[in-house]
Amino acid sequence: MATSAVLVEGLEKRYKSVEALKGIDFEVEAGIIFGLLGPNGAGKTTTIRILSTIIPPDSGRASIMGKDVVSEPDAVRRRIGLAGQNAAVDPNLTGRENLDMIGHLSRMPRREIKQRASDLLEAFDLDWASDRPIRTYSGGMRRRLDVAAALVQRPPVIFLDEPTTGLDIQSRVVLWDHIKLLVSEGSTVLLTTQDLQEADRLADRIAVVDEGRVVANDTAAALKARLGNTVIELTMADGEESANVRDLLSHRMAEPVERDGSIVNVRSSDGSEPLMEAMRALDEECLVPQKVFLREPSLDDVFLALTGTHTAGPEAVSVSREGDGS
Amino acid sequence: MTKAASSSPAIEAPGSFERMIEGLQDTMTIARRNLIGIWRTPQLLAAVLFAPILFVLLFRYVLGGAINISSVTSYSYADYLMPGMFVMTLFFSVMVTATGLAADVQNGLIERLRSLPMARYAFIAGRTSADLVRNVPVLALVVAMGFAVGFRVHTSAELFILGLLLALLFAYSASWFFALIGLFLGNPEAADAAASFVMLPLIFASSALVPVSSMPSWLQGFAAHQPVSVAIGAVRALSLGGPAASHVWETLAWSLGIVLICAPVSVWWYKRAA
Repeated sequence: MATSAVLVEGLEKRYKSVEALKGIDFEVEAGIIFGLLGPNGAGKTTTIRILSTIIPPDSGRASIMGKDVVSEPDAVRRRIGLAGQNAAVDPNLTGRENLDMIGHLSRMPRREIKQRASDLLEAFDLDWASDRPIRTYSGGMRRRLDVAAALVQRPPVIFLDEPTTGLDIQSRVVLWDHIKLLVSEGSTVLLTTQDLQEADRLADRIAVVDEGRVVANDTAAALKARLGNTVIELTMADGEESANVRDLLSHRMAEPVERDGSIVNVRSSDGSEPLMEAMRALDEECLVPQKVFLREPSLDDVFLALTGTHTAGPEAVSVSREGDGS
Repeated sequence: MTKAASSSPAIEAPGSFERMIEGLQDTMTIARRNLIGIWRTPQLLAAVLFAPILFVLLFRYVLGGAINISSVTSYSYADYLMPGMFVMTLFFSVMVTATGLAADVQNGLIERLRSLPMARYAFIAGRTSADLVRNVPVLALVVAMGFAVGFRVHTSAELFILGLLLALLFAYSASWFFALIGLFLGNPEAADAAASFVMLPLIFASSALVPVSSMPSWLQGFAAHQPVSVAIGAVRALSLGGPAASHVWETLAWSLGIVLICAPVSVWWYKRAA
């Protein structure tokens, strides 16, 4: 039987007064993109830091390609690449020099490093800027170089910690394409994100984490089937009216209906048909919503559907934001 | 690009001799990175050089005439001042290491490096090695400036060069100390403030600019025996003459002691969770 690429069992970590991880378990089979989805403060980055041997866990076990992160840290370091919000490159070095440095520090054979750096710069569309210091790069270019830096030593397992947080949508799409390319090279990717669309676009399997625990672990398709592709969001005048609308719609429609204050959400697999149905039902009762939205489900919807409560992070996060840019 | 290979040579664990060689290579890689960084931020190097040049001009030409050094040497004030300037300039130069390492902690470079199979000590050893290399031209410049403002060697070229080497060694040990401050604080502004806080009394309550005997008696004990004064005393004795041996040994002891304490502590701090 093949060992899994990443195995995490009962991982716990406490920072002074904060319990960051309260027993995380998951397994990543080799060759897939695995998404850790959760709000700020859910424990995603702490998990990545433990898996990349930067900090030790308080209890529990974690191994990469069968090597334990605590007892064999060097063996783990030879098998991983790390990129993300907390792992930077040197702003004074050029793109090429940064990849070169990582190659040397990863103990790659010298003659291979140069070629590998050139290949990566080309693959990430950075060859035109390869001899410019990183501090002159745009946010999107810097993130691409960051991901490229994680790939220099051709690690079998790659950690991407919120790789697109703070990027504009165009740069995100470009980076997504590059990440997909990675897996076609045969690597296993563990990706953390606050953004459901990102997880959906990239991950074969998604573990939803909240307050240091895994609250769901399924394939992207199965999670989506539970959630629906589209959310119809109706804003009513007040909570009383929205309660009436919820009762009405849950009676008339097959789709799950939830109420949140004066807002009613209908999750559906297909937007327009249920929307018309809902409108007809409201019209018959002379109920007029103040606003009507058709939108893709957000992380907050995931949590509402999975746990019945909103995201427990510092703030409810529906789209990825909070650019750190630096 | 090929498939991620589990049989890649980088995956095999090395023996202990290989580890040592690899550690040295890692140190050189990091040193190179730091030297490129200095080259790319010339304003930093200019700032490091600007202060001592200003000090030399200020003390040699503005204040020097009013400073009485007849109690300690019969040579000119330029002769007295410059050995202090050599040590002071190098000290200023390695202070930047506190800010630089703190910036590496803050921007996350250390986070990535800690996930790499590199030697744990190489990150700091690389930085201090880069400081040592950079300090050679910096010192050469200040020595040239010293000769331009009237400084002369009154011993021999060999002893003078020995003095300069001693100044470089002392600055190298100070660079480990400032590295520790930078790593420990992890914030460039805080590291800069802390480094200045350490530097000011060591530079001004020293024999660099005025004879210690001109200070109030309660200060003399500190001013005469603190490490910067000891190093200046050694360089001065090796340039101007007089009993040098005890100063030289004391400087060697200070330098060695500072490295022996700061190196393991800073590597331990690097390894532990931030």
